[in-house]
Parts: sequence; structure tokens; C-alpha cells
Amino acid sequence: MAEEECELSDEQKKEIAKWFLYNAPSGEIQYIAKDLRSVLNDDKLYDEATSEAFPLYNKSHLICLELPCRSGDVLITPYNELEENQFIEPRTAQIVTIDHVKQACTEVRPAADEELASPYVEEFRCALDAEILKYVEEAYPKGVCSVYCVDGKDAEGSGCNFEFAVVIAAARNSPKNFCNGSWRSVWNIKFKEDALEIKGKLQVDAHYFEEGNVQLDAEQECQDGTIFQLHLAKCLTSPKILLQAPDDCAISIANIIRHHEAEYLKSLETSYSNLSDKTFKDLRRKLPVTRTLFPWHNTLQFSLTRDIQKELGIGK
Amino acid sequence: MEAALGLMRRIPPKHSVTALSALVSLLPDHSSDLLSQVDQPLQVLCDTESGKEFILCEYNRDADSYRSPWSNKYHPPLGDALLPSDELRKLEVEANEVFAIYRDQYYEGGISSVYLWEDNNEGFVACFLIKKDGARTAHGRRGYLQEGLWEAIHVIEVVGPEDETTRYCLTSTVMLSLTTDKESSGTFNLSGSIRRQMRMDLPLADGHLCNMGKMIEEMEGKLRNSLDQVYFGKTKEMVCTLRPPSEVVMRLPNS
Repeated sequence: MAEEECELSDEQKKEIAKWFLYNAPSGEIQYIAKDLRSVLNDDKLYDEATSEAFPLYNKSHLICLELPCRSGDVLITPYNELEENQFIEPRTAQIVTIDHVKQACTEVRPAADEELASPYVEEFRCALDAEILKYVEEAYPKGVCSVYCVDGKDAEGSGCNFEFAVVIAAARNSPKNFCNGSWRSVWNIKFKEDALEIKGKLQVDAHYFEEGNVQLDAEQECQDGTIFQLHLAKCLTSPKILLQAPDDCAISIANIIRHHEAEYLKSLETSYSNLSDKTFKDLRRKLPVTRTLFPWHNTLQFSLTRDIQKELGIGK
Repeated sequence: MEAALGLMRRIPPKHSVTALSALVSLLPDHSSDLLSQVDQPLQVLCDTESGKEFILCEYNRDADSYRSPWSNKYHPPLGDALLPSDELRKLEVEANEVFAIYRDQYYEGGISSVYLWEDNNEGFVACFLIKKDGARTAHGRRGYLQEGLWEAIHVIEVVGPEDETTRYCLTSTVMLSLTTDKESSGTFNLSGSIRRQMRMDLPLADGHLCNMGKMIEEMEGKLRNSLDQVYFGKTKEMVCTLRPPSEVVMRLPNS
């Protein structure tokens, strides 16, 4: 430990504060903020740090805010951000202004035509949104989802490329049970002239902290090429059939997403089931190879054990 | 200070080193409290005399030097440093030897150290430490882990004997982190720490080492099970609550 402690600059303190906020587990940023305020003991610095860190946290955690008048929800993501604090909610065609630090909506207005996608693109977006909504309602007890056009929203017909981001988020916060968790999946769908490219990123985290602190942190990236084959088959009959059938597209995409996410869940379950008997063993066995507890009381056994160790060449 | 500890409880375990040093720099007046109350990853030095490694902690530190349990010497060398009494040192030597075998039986590798020192009261304090790196590239025998760390700190306050029994108060902390190595499932990382206490009054018939050893063994078993079933289990439960496993239902497009 260094003998002299240099006083931190305000800027340094702010960066530290932002780091704590950004790394808060799902659903815990308000608690972290409260503790941080105590530790910082400087409200001006605290306000600066929160105003800078909360937006990043909110977008990264895909938080879901309730719209006023209970007219629905809006997801806060990097994919539907128009300007700072303004987010588009395409299902209800509204623009929402929010307060990041309070994590609440402050204003809602209908979206202007220029802010929405072209009718051509919107047909696809809408069909996909409907399918994803069905899937999410089926698979996630408390999931929310949305489909955003992230590129090419003004495309007018086939031959133009556009890109969607499908965002699915589910969070479960039980602070009274000392347990919080979230599931986030983001799927990028690129519609090109003759093909669809699908890429996904799934993130799961869980935090249990009753008399302890344990966290799960898992993520997976995947790509899917099966859509190409599907398209090819349809191509034989009619070259542009895929791009002319938003509903079919939507169903296929939703199926692919559903398949990959189910597979991912299965692999998570496998990882967990291997934990107790296999994985954990590399850290610490449940019992020694002898299958008995260690013979502390028997010093004779010690020298025996030592000889056995030497004979079997175990240990250093 | 309470707020600082609250932060440490919530921040992901994998960030705990950064978090602690951040807090210490924000609250320099509380640094000694923070360092003693918050668990930090264990560091290791090599004893130049015996070639063996030993674990560093507050209990074998004097100024900026650390005492090796193998040679009983401080690294870097320190004149006029704190050393255990001859009697205690004898027990310490035996404890290190026996604990190393215990460690090998359960951990199949890793490093252990035991430090004893006189207390102001009638007894003494013992600190048993284990550090195991279970990664495939280190001591992970089966190759399941891309990254795996188990660190255990057991501090026992021994008071007595009084009326034929001696009181042992054990405080155990286990910190662990594991990342499985499975390409198809991306990254899967579980990490965390728990701390528990146990108190027992035991006769001295079998000796201090036996009493303490059994307590530690029992405690480690409990902690391992607890981590495995309760803690990891809860995170698994959370995942399955977020998205329950279901049959994949394919809807065919209208043709």
C-alpha cells in the first residue's frame, strides 16, 4: 500500500462512479446509485455521473418502460434511439421521450411519416413483429419484444436492401429474494437482393446475493445459414417469392430464432447439469479418491499417506 | 462505509478487484477497513529457499514483507520482524505439511499455506489458505474449464483450553470463478463468493490440528455444496424462469 494517497480529481471520481453504475447487474442500478451517492458525498458529481452512465446502462440492458396511460411498453435500445432521450415505438407508431435517470417516460407523441419506415418495408416489419410477438408470448412468461428497422427504412421495392433488429428482453427482478436476472437477445436480419442474413447475440445473466454474491454471465453469438437454402428452394419456382411474401418471411425468421434460442437454453442446461459432477471437480472434489473423509486423527496414516503419495507420484 | 460494502455485494464478482481499488481511492480514510472486510483474490510468492510457493495474506505480513511458512523467513528480508514462538512454529510446520496432503486429496493440485500467531488472549489464531487454479492450462485435470479459480480462507480463533475443552471459532470465505469451455455455447461464467462461520467446543485429546482440520473439512464441504446447489442452482432457476424450456413448435409457411 502506498504511503501517500493522491486526492482524486473530480473527473477521475466521476469516471469511477460511472463505472459502478454501468456495471450494475440487471435491475440493480437504482440500488447501486443510492450507495454510490453516499460514497461520493458530492451531489453535483453524482448528478453528472448518473446523467452520463444511465443512458448507456439502459440501452445496453434493453430496459422496458411502461408508456403513459398504460398504452403499452417501449424498449430502450441502441436500435430505436432517434435522438438522445427520444425513442421510437414502431408497433404503436409513437415517439417517446424518457428520463434516463428516473427510468420513466416523460412525453409521448405520434410518429411523423418520415420517422417511420416506407410502406414497403413496414409490411415486412409488421409481419415479423406479429410473429415475434406470438413467439415471445409463448416462450417467455415476462418477455417484451420489438422489431426495428435499422437500415434502409425508405426502401421502395425489391432490389433495395434493408435491415431489421429484433430485440427480445425478459427480466425478472426479485430483490426481496435477493435474486435478479435478465435475458437479452438481439437478432440482426439483413434483407438483400437474393438472400437473408441472420445473426444473433444472446445474453443471459443472473445474480443471487443472499448472504453471498454469485453471478451467472453467459453469452452466445450465432449465425444462421439455413435461410439461404429455404430461399433457394423457393427461388426455383419464383425468383423473388421470398421478398414478396412478408408473412412467409416472418414465419421462417421467427422459427429460426425460436430454434436457436431453444438450443441455447438446452446448452445452458447442459452446462449446469455438468457442474456438480464434472466441472466443479476441476476445482474441488466432493471427497478424496479414497471416498472417505481425511484422516486427521491418525498421524500414522499421515506418514502412510505420504508414502502412498510418493509411490503413486501424486502431489509435488 | 455501509454503502461501500453494499456496492461490493452487488458488483459482479469478476469485477471485484477493480471495484475494491476504486472504493479505496474514493474513500482513502476507510481503506484499512475496506481491505480487511472485503475479500480479495489471493496472491502468491515463491520462497527462494525451498522453491515452494506460499500464499500472501494479512496474517503473514509485516510492513511490506511476507513470511513464508516453509522457511519461516520474510520475503523481502525484514530485520526485527514478527515471528511465531518456537512452540507455535512447530505446530505451524506440522499444520502446513498435513494441510498440503489434505489439499492434494481434495484439490489435486493448487497451493496451500497455514499461518499461526499468538493472540493477546489465552490462545492463538490460525489461518489456512488454499488457492487452486482449475483451468485446463493449469491444474484442471479433466480439462473442463477454460478458466477456474477457487480460493479459500479459513481463520480460526482458538481460545482455551477451559474446563477440558477448547473453543474454536472459524470464519471461512470461499471465492470462486469458473468459465466452461464449450465452443457451441459461447461463454458460460459463474463466479461468486460466500462467507460462513462455525463455532465448536472440542476436547484437546486429538490435538489442535485434528480439531481444526475437521472443522475446515466440514465447512469446505458445506460451502462447496451450498455454492453448487443453492447458489448456482438459484441462477439456473432464474434462467429457466426467464425462458422455460419448451418443445420447439414449428409453424409451416403457407405454400
